[in-house]
Amino acid sequence: MPDSQAALPAEAGAAAPLVATRGLAFGRDGQRILWDVDFAVRPGEIVTIVGPNGSGKTTLIRLLIGAEAPTGGRLERRPGLRIGYVPQRLAIDYTMPMTVRRFLALSGGTAAEGVRALERVGIPDLGDRQMRALSGGQFQRALLAQALMRRPHLLVLDEAAQGLDQPGTARFYELVGELRRELGCGVVMVGHDLHVVMAASDRVVCLNGHVCCEGPPVVVSAAPEYRALFGLGTRGAFALYRHEHDHVHGEACAGGEGCEGDAAGGRRAG
Amino acid sequence: MTLLDSFIWRAAFAGVGVALAAGPLGCFVVWRRMAYFGDATAHAALLGVALALATELPVAAGVTLAALAMALTVSAATGRTYAMDTMLGVASHAALATGLVSVSFLVGVRIDLTAYLFGDILAVGRGDLLVIYGGAVAITALIAWRWDALLLSTLNADLATASGVDPGRERLALTLALAVLVAVALKVVGVLLITAMLIIPAAAARAVARTPEGMAVLAIAVGAVAALAGLAASWHLDTPTGPSIVVVAAALLVIANAGAVLAGALTRRAGRAGR
Repeated sequence: MPDSQAALPAEAGAAAPLVATRGLAFGRDGQRILWDVDFAVRPGEIVTIVGPNGSGKTTLIRLLIGAEAPTGGRLERRPGLRIGYVPQRLAIDYTMPMTVRRFLALSGGTAAEGVRALERVGIPDLGDRQMRALSGGQFQRALLAQALMRRPHLLVLDEAAQGLDQPGTARFYELVGELRRELGCGVVMVGHDLHVVMAASDRVVCLNGHVCCEGPPVVVSAAPEYRALFGLGTRGAFALYRHEHDHVHGEACAGGEGCEGDAAGGRRAG
Repeated sequence: MTLLDSFIWRAAFAGVGVALAAGPLGCFVVWRRMAYFGDATAHAALLGVALALATELPVAAGVTLAALAMALTVSAATGRTYAMDTMLGVASHAALATGLVSVSFLVGVRIDLTAYLFGDILAVGRGDLLVIYGGAVAITALIAWRWDALLLSTLNADLATASGVDPGRERLALTLALAVLVAVALKVVGVLLITAMLIIPAAAARAVARTPEGMAVLAIAVGAVAALAGLAASWHLDTPTGPSIVVVAAALLVIANAGAVLAGALTRRAGRAGR
């Protein structure tokens, strides 16, 4: 995918966004969680939202899919937009028997489409298996297959690779990239495993209550705001992952202070 | 219609009617962990009886109204000040006690309290059968119509929303169905055992079902068998009918679980022998 990184966002820029926000704000119980969020996803584009814990990533996702209503600003979905959603967690209660096949059918589509979706995500033989009997990786693939059953214009994945090991995560995002090309759909992901997630994205949005910085992965990972948030700067308080030593330390110090103060403000607010 | 002239046949039809509605609805009560919620709703029935007798409303209407009011109040109030189970415990027992007190205030009406608490299936008349089947068909139709949406919002509210289903609306549909069921089951098993008819057949079905639909159909079957066998047992052993039905349902649950464990062990053994 590296080749597409430069070209795609520019290309996609021409198409109307699938979902777009302007000055989006959300608060609960007098606490502001998101503010001034300008965000858009266009067809064929993979946008990854990164940010520290409590930065409002999941809230933004829930606003995008309509599970929450904004308390300020605008949020527009393209009319007739079909969303395929892969939640962060899906706890299937042990009291509910549910085969993989039946689970897929809940999201609509024919049995034949179910078979194709399972083939596409690489678990063709698991249709009769109980959802609870799946391994972590198989379960995430089943969730992805369910999202495909919606024939989505927009795939929304909230830390969908949580609980997978590194190679499993890499394979999962590779699959998402392939699906994006096949379906031409837009993709919004939230990720913790920054290294893998960022490599799989066209655009990264660094969130901390508001949009700290955004752009192609290489640009964002070098941005002082990003480094301040993720502890690649002077203090390292936000070290969420063991980062690769592919950066120059002196650079981060220069602009780091501003966003770190910013980050603390975001934490107080959210 | 000569069959309906016999009280024992009317009782049998009544029991099967309740099982028909309680099976699928009970599955959702089990999946969504609403057993306490069911109790609170059912316990409001006595208040409904008092309301109906005081205002000369039909008993079924009074009961449905009281149960619905209780269910809506409880869903609106939970999570505010107390934990869910505390809130439901308070509502459930307060409703029962208030119901018992308020029927004692009714002057000039002698009501058989035991019949309302434990049911009086042998006294089911044609009018009762009409209420039971009217309600049961309405509940089953509502659940069948909303089935996929209900399942989706039971699994995950956000997943449902992303698929264009409003989880709040689906919860309201279940609440409504539950209130109607209270009126349907009142005469058959009584206020105290309505929740039993909801959760025991569904839990028994869980032991062997592989899909949600399978579980719902099996729950109907378990409920119907329990109703008929309980009725027969009560006839021969001269035991109270409502409780007998629940005892048979509980026995079926034990048998279903034992059977599932046994089948699992046999499958594993066959698997080992095959290798």
